[in-house]
Amino acid sequence: MNPINYLYLSALLFTIGGAGVLVRRNAIIVFMCVELMLNACNLAFVTFARLHGNLDGQIIAFFTMVVAAAEVVVGLAIIVTFFRSRHSASVDDASLMKL
Amino acid sequence: MTTSTGEAVQFWLLGIVAVLGALGTVAMKKAVHSALSLAGTMIILAVFYLANGAYFLGVVQIVVYTGAIMMLFLFVVMLVGITAADSLKETIRGQRWLAVLCGLGFGILLIAGLGNASVHSFTGLGQANSGGNVEGLARLIFTTYVWAFEITGALLITAAVGAMVLTHRERTERAATQRELAERRVREGAQVPPLPAPGVYARHNAVDIPGLLPDGTPAELSVSETLRARGQVRDVSGEALEHLKELEQRSEEYAEGEGESGARPENSANGAANSANGPANSANGPANSANGAAK
Amino acid sequence: MDHLIGALIGAPLLGAGILLVGGRRLDRVGHWIGCLLAAVSFGIGAALFADMLGKPTDQRTLTSHLYSWVPVGGFRADVAFQLDQLSMTFVLLITGVGTLIHIYSIGYMAHDENRRRFFGYLNLFLAAMLLLVLADNYLLLYVGWEGVGLASYLLIGFWQHKPSAATAAKKAFIVNRVGDMGLSIAIMVLFTTYGTFSFGPVFAHATGASQAKLTVIGLLLLLGACGKSAQVPLQSWLGDAMEGPTPVSALIHAATMVTAGVYLVTRSGAIFNAAPTAQLAVCVVGAVTLMFGAIVGCAKDDIKKALAGSTMSQIGYMMLAAGLGPIGYVFAIMHLVTHGFFKAGLFLGAGSVMHGMNDEVDMRKYGGLRRYMPITYVTFGLGYLAIIGFPGLSGYWSKDKIIEAAFAKGGTEGWILGGVALLGAGITAYYMTRVMVLTFFGEERWEPAPDPDKTPGVEPGIEVHPGELPHPHESPRSMTIPMVILAFGSVFAGGLFSINSAFLKWLEPVTGHSEGHSPVSTWEVTAATLVVLVVGGALAWAQYGRRPVPVTAPRGSLVTRAARRDLLQDDFNHIVLVRGGEHLTRSLVYLDHSLVDGAVNGTAASVGGLSARLRQVQNGYVRSYAVSMLGGTAVLVAATLLMRAV
Repeated sequence: MNPINYLYLSALLFTIGGAGVLVRRNAIIVFMCVELMLNACNLAFVTFARLHGNLDGQIIAFFTMVVAAAEVVVGLAIIVTFFRSRHSASVDDASLMKL
Repeated sequence: MTTSTGEAVQFWLLGIVAVLGALGTVAMKKAVHSALSLAGTMIILAVFYLANGAYFLGVVQIVVYTGAIMMLFLFVVMLVGITAADSLKETIRGQRWLAVLCGLGFGILLIAGLGNASVHSFTGLGQANSGGNVEGLARLIFTTYVWAFEITGALLITAAVGAMVLTHRERTERAATQRELAERRVREGAQVPPLPAPGVYARHNAVDIPGLLPDGTPAELSVSETLRARGQVRDVSGEALEHLKELEQRSEEYAEGEGESGARPENSANGAANSANGPANSANGPANSANGAAK
Repeated sequence: MDHLIGALIGAPLLGAGILLVGGRRLDRVGHWIGCLLAAVSFGIGAALFADMLGKPTDQRTLTSHLYSWVPVGGFRADVAFQLDQLSMTFVLLITGVGTLIHIYSIGYMAHDENRRRFFGYLNLFLAAMLLLVLADNYLLLYVGWEGVGLASYLLIGFWQHKPSAATAAKKAFIVNRVGDMGLSIAIMVLFTTYGTFSFGPVFAHATGASQAKLTVIGLLLLLGACGKSAQVPLQSWLGDAMEGPTPVSALIHAATMVTAGVYLVTRSGAIFNAAPTAQLAVCVVGAVTLMFGAIVGCAKDDIKKALAGSTMSQIGYMMLAAGLGPIGYVFAIMHLVTHGFFKAGLFLGAGSVMHGMNDEVDMRKYGGLRRYMPITYVTFGLGYLAIIGFPGLSGYWSKDKIIEAAFAKGGTEGWILGGVALLGAGITAYYMTRVMVLTFFGEERWEPAPDPDKTPGVEPGIEVHPGELPHPHESPRSMTIPMVILAFGSVFAGGLFSINSAFLKWLEPVTGHSEGHSPVSTWEVTAATLVVLVVGGALAWAQYGRRPVPVTAPRGSLVTRAARRDLLQDDFNHIVLVRGGEHLTRSLVYLDHSLVDGAVNGTAASVGGLSARLRQVQNGYVRSYAVSMLGGTAVLVAATLLMRAV
């Protein structure tokens, strides 16, 4: 098997995650889909590291994880704050950015 | 150069599961189910990392992502997403079509691009991992990427402080004392005595079963608001009425056999205790009150 | 002596400033301040004149550079003055006649509550007019030019509560604007041609420019002169300008300001000498106006308007002379000066008559006034003799010279111009005799004064007794003395100038002079002039002196009726210019509304409509925005892949 299959899987997961972001309204699930996309990227990085025979791809994946962790912390805090004021976790309820 | 057959088998088996998990994340109605699906996908990805020679990342994926981040998600689901299951009905016109179209187009483009790349050989990590994967990563992190690493530290601290700032609510006035709360309840005419307890039938001693009012209807107040919002209340009032009939019958039979004088004072004392207990015990006492009514 | 030039202008300017800024508290002394400063200016002028006489001929020009006005790169305009013989002549005329008319106005405006303001305007006019004649460059001249225009506007409309006065002021201002446009463009062309505004360099290099440019400059200068000097075709404002107080008519619209055009042409003589076409145009304009004014003067019953027509005609003479070139410049200026005396005197006399006749201006309602106003009669009569060119008086010396010079131009043009000038002299005699006879001779045709409340067109400066017959009386001393002095000037000025050709020698260094070869000799011209003069005077006497004059004017012939309407000049202007302008603006407005606005509004509407559609895209839903982001990313990926494939 060619390791490029990992890349196909990564693309597939990324696309599924992207579609989830677009389709779901629950902010938490949207957020999970974002995490899914990040993980798909990580898979691609790790696979590239293997394909090219150096560890830089893994380093980038590592940094991605760190950033994802930070993002999750802040993002979930925002969701909690939003829920407190609106009693809703739907992204469609935050629709003031319009004319 | 290809991978081993074992890895191929593992890829095809677990890859399908991973995709299913991803689809589940997107498609599940309840946030908890989505989170669990995602956790499954992440564990499979961790396995793939290990298979790809990223031993350190594989472990970190399990520990940090599945262990910490997903738990954080579950906590927030518990805090926030507990009211009701999501409706999957689309409200924005054309959104779903556009999303599917864009997603498909994007995916096809990505896959086409990858297919175009046509990587027929790969180097493998044998040499890079020769000194140990963790050591190799550490060397890179603390030499080439040390600056980025430092910056990530700053980022994490900022994120932690940011999360605290966002969720923290400054107390702007003194907390009300118990006495003040009680006085306010009286003044506002709210529920003064304690709320009724949920049903404590001998067989149904659970928080999701409302107590029954003297007329046999369920007391909504006795069940947690969250459960009510979710529709997870088990109504046993009908069952109770069934039981009531049986009980009445039995008591009649008993009365016919025993006579009337002996039971009366006990029953009235029972009723007094019931009324003192208030609605809280009403769930407890349908039998008693029915008893009293029967007499 | 140089610094005195600034003081010459400064004195009346200071007076204007004090009187106009000082306000009501100066009402009691305002007229004295005005007269004093005008007299000071005249004194300075006289001192400078004496100084100038003491110098040799070629050193008489004084210059005074005050400061650099607009020094921008190669563009340089200075506030600098030049006092040569030509300017000196004007300075003496302006300040001399000006001072006399200031004194006259003390009496004439005695009952007007705005007398102080009137003197302020008069002083302002003096300052502007002096600036005009003293400037040493065209730009500064233009400042004075506009200044006198402003003063004229303010003074014509001095009784602005009368709608006719307000309209007349606006008319004068607007017609002058046309001429000023010509002058300003002429100055611009001058600058582009010679690179400077100053008289000295421009005239020194005048012949250096191409013929076409010189002609253009000359014609544009002529347009400016036509506006200011009421020459055809910009003559229509002068008759209406008589709505102003009579001293204003005397000073500004007879003696000084209206002659500014003649000054301009004479001053720019070097340019006109080099542009024969423009020179001929000046002659033609002068000759046409000469006849035009004379004919209008014959038909008017309003004494001031008859005199205004006469003024137009006399300035036509000056223009004609100035257009003749070096043959005529000196005589143009000489006629200008003598005309300044006798026309100012005539106007003051007319004012005196009106003063005594309840402000009546219709000559048909005068008659027999010589017994009641002897001084006015004598001074007016001397002015009359002077203007018709009675031998020995001022007009004779200057006008005959102009007629002679016109003949001396030579060729057919000479004959035509000379003939017109000669004929004009006859008509002058006719209409002036008519004025004289109607006013001072014949039976008394007086009428009760109109009620000032019902007829708003009455000058408020004069006490009016409604319903009473006027009581003609001689005017106060302050009015008669200036008239007497001006009468002396009317009688003797021409003769003094002509003794030993004094004026010619005085002015020749500036304007140059050449004797033309006249096909007719001097005595022949004199004889012919005398003949037409007698014929004209006799005709007028026969028509008005020997027969009773109807109080209401007879219908008259077609020409008479046209002449009463100023030879239809206003009708012409209205039909050709006003109507044409209205049509033009209407069509432009239509174009603006349909084309320009249509394009603008159409663009705005389409942008608005498009925006209304586009704003639907911005629905506030994050997920919609995310879709567009993903779509954009997909397009970018596709583009990248395509680029690599290609």
